[in-house]
Amino acid sequence: MTKRVVVTGIGIISAIGKNTDESMQHFRSATSGIGAITHMDTVHKNNLPVAEVKYSNEELLSLLNISNHKSNYTRTSILGMYAAKQALESAGIHSVKEKKTGLISANSVGGMDKSEVFYAQFLANPSKGKISNIVGHDCGDSTEHIADYLGIKEQVTTLSTACSSSANAIMLGSRLIQHGLLDRVIVGGTDSLTKFTVNGFNTLMIFDKEACRPFDATRNGLNLGEGAGYIVLESEKSAAESEKKIRGFLSGFANANDAYHQTASSPDGNGAYLAMSQALAMSNLQPTQIDYINVHGTATQNNDLSEGIAMKRIFGETVPRFSSTKSFTGHTLGAAGGIEAVFSIMALEQQIIYPNLRFKTPIPELQLIPETELIEGAGIKHILSNSFGFGGNNSTLIFSAA
Amino acid sequence: MTTRITSYCRITNRFIYVNNALLHSNEDLAFADFAKQAYKLATLNYLKFFKMDNLSKLGLLAAEFTLAGKNWQERYTPDEVALCFSNASSSIDSDRKHQESIGNRSNYFPSPSVFVYTLPNILAGEICIRNGFKGENSFFIFEQFDAENMVNIVQQLFINEQCKACVMGWINYDSEQADALCCLIEKSDNEKELPFTAENYSYLYFNTKPQ
Amino acid sequence: MSQLANELKTEIIKALNLEGVSPEDIENDAPLFGEGLGLDSIDALELIVLLDKNYGIKIDSAADGKAVFHSISSMVAYIESKK
Repeated sequence: MTKRVVVTGIGIISAIGKNTDESMQHFRSATSGIGAITHMDTVHKNNLPVAEVKYSNEELLSLLNISNHKSNYTRTSILGMYAAKQALESAGIHSVKEKKTGLISANSVGGMDKSEVFYAQFLANPSKGKISNIVGHDCGDSTEHIADYLGIKEQVTTLSTACSSSANAIMLGSRLIQHGLLDRVIVGGTDSLTKFTVNGFNTLMIFDKEACRPFDATRNGLNLGEGAGYIVLESEKSAAESEKKIRGFLSGFANANDAYHQTASSPDGNGAYLAMSQALAMSNLQPTQIDYINVHGTATQNNDLSEGIAMKRIFGETVPRFSSTKSFTGHTLGAAGGIEAVFSIMALEQQIIYPNLRFKTPIPELQLIPETELIEGAGIKHILSNSFGFGGNNSTLIFSAA
Repeated sequence: MTTRITSYCRITNRFIYVNNALLHSNEDLAFADFAKQAYKLATLNYLKFFKMDNLSKLGLLAAEFTLAGKNWQERYTPDEVALCFSNASSSIDSDRKHQESIGNRSNYFPSPSVFVYTLPNILAGEICIRNGFKGENSFFIFEQFDAENMVNIVQQLFINEQCKACVMGWINYDSEQADALCCLIEKSDNEKELPFTAENYSYLYFNTKPQ
Repeated sequence: MSQLANELKTEIIKALNLEGVSPEDIENDAPLFGEGLGLDSIDALELIVLLDKNYGIKIDSAADGKAVFHSISSMVAYIESKK
């Protein structure tokens, strides 16, 4: 990269906690956030495990000091506001006005959680249904709420490319910094669990009825999750001016299209291969310099095999240590890239590699074995993080230690 | 060299313009039938087209007309062509169909082939599958047609050495209302071609219409 | 056999949006996937919905569907075995 882009803040909420400390406790105690559905009223309530954020909308609003009787925020918005605010605070930014500050937020389901409430009422009786429940339907709504809540007025953009959305938001934010259009930018994404996605993924028959087993020979599908993850990117100059603590560098990124199928990854992992190799080229790193891969690792038959093949094409027989944190958080769709970017920075700062839960047997075609125990003092300088989405949309980010 | 709009296609309700010439119109047809006529006109011969949702059909057609005769393969490798699209309604047309299919417990048969299209970037994926593009893909949601941001985002792609050409634009579909502008952006010295600026991109959107 | 086979062909053409294909074009024993009609993994899932919706037959996983959806003949045999 020509100009280095630094990470100065991180914020997260997921099924394993509402901040970085709680998340780390879950990793240390190998406690997954995957369990029975409690918040949603759905026919799948008792037979599909999910990774829910353990707080209701009301509880989250109260944690944010927003009086809930006045608001009709969607859960997607609330989760996003919660994590983005945390990221801003962790970067020590008290006023977003003193420098050019932007927000690029990603999501895939928009305000579907509230639209569903409206639809049920409306279908039962067309004169019923609170119109205030659908004003938040658009994917852009949560971004506007987060921007308003944080007072951000410069560049505010919503990006939606399925499960790689957040990673692509991070890429765009990085370019805006590199090209001098912004001094700092909050980037990442948010998505909430909805009946819409639970029912939809169910038709694709890619749910495991138990907690998922990424990269295991017996893997049988994913578990959906929800949450939000944001990082604050700044130019090196901006960070130096305010004597910021540099948490890490975004040293490379790339996105490529697999051009194979609407939902399935290609058998030779072409899109993933292109994304990883182009990100490595941008970072000027050799494959041997990557110390840990936070894999996309959804635990579907198709993803893990295709991603593993692409990893072998790049790294040969010496694939770096790797794990899928989706075994803790479930697959948080549009938020996944943001959440896993936060995990990457935490890993670099605390020199920890996360365990890949419930792995027993390697996939026969790959013979790749993820890390199954938490590793302390991991000696990691460079982390590669993958996020792949439907539509063949494959992204890779590379984070480097400060 | 300057980034220029080297070809474009504008599709509004039942009108198709390619590089400012009216190619086809038929105001009496439902979108699906109009799309089928356009499919024949484009001599697509691509039966997967009929499995797509309306948003993807609209995007695929707009890209097909934009790229016709451009022979991009002679100048670029598949990973040098980026795609960057935007709209306001995301995948609302398919979202509604899916929502209706899960709303009724006594007639509960959600369709996987409908659900697949409840993501707007699938249309970019469809264009990549059809044409073999493997470059960077992104999809943005704006409240309304947005020229400033889109031109800005695409211009930045060209600073990246990887990107040599970009298929970009606005593809919106909601309740029979089709609204698309697709442009091929390339670096070019040909002064007859429009420079890729917010003003020119916006002009094509607002002024390509029946006079 | 032939009445159910024809019924299935019509239903499949409609459910999978097989443009320009008529029931006569589909041979009973020809493979539906791969070379045959060029169906893919999403089509297989759609066929699982079709069996559930039109015949009340549930298939639990995409893997289980593979043998059933080999051809029109195999689908007919499966439906009749479940009657």
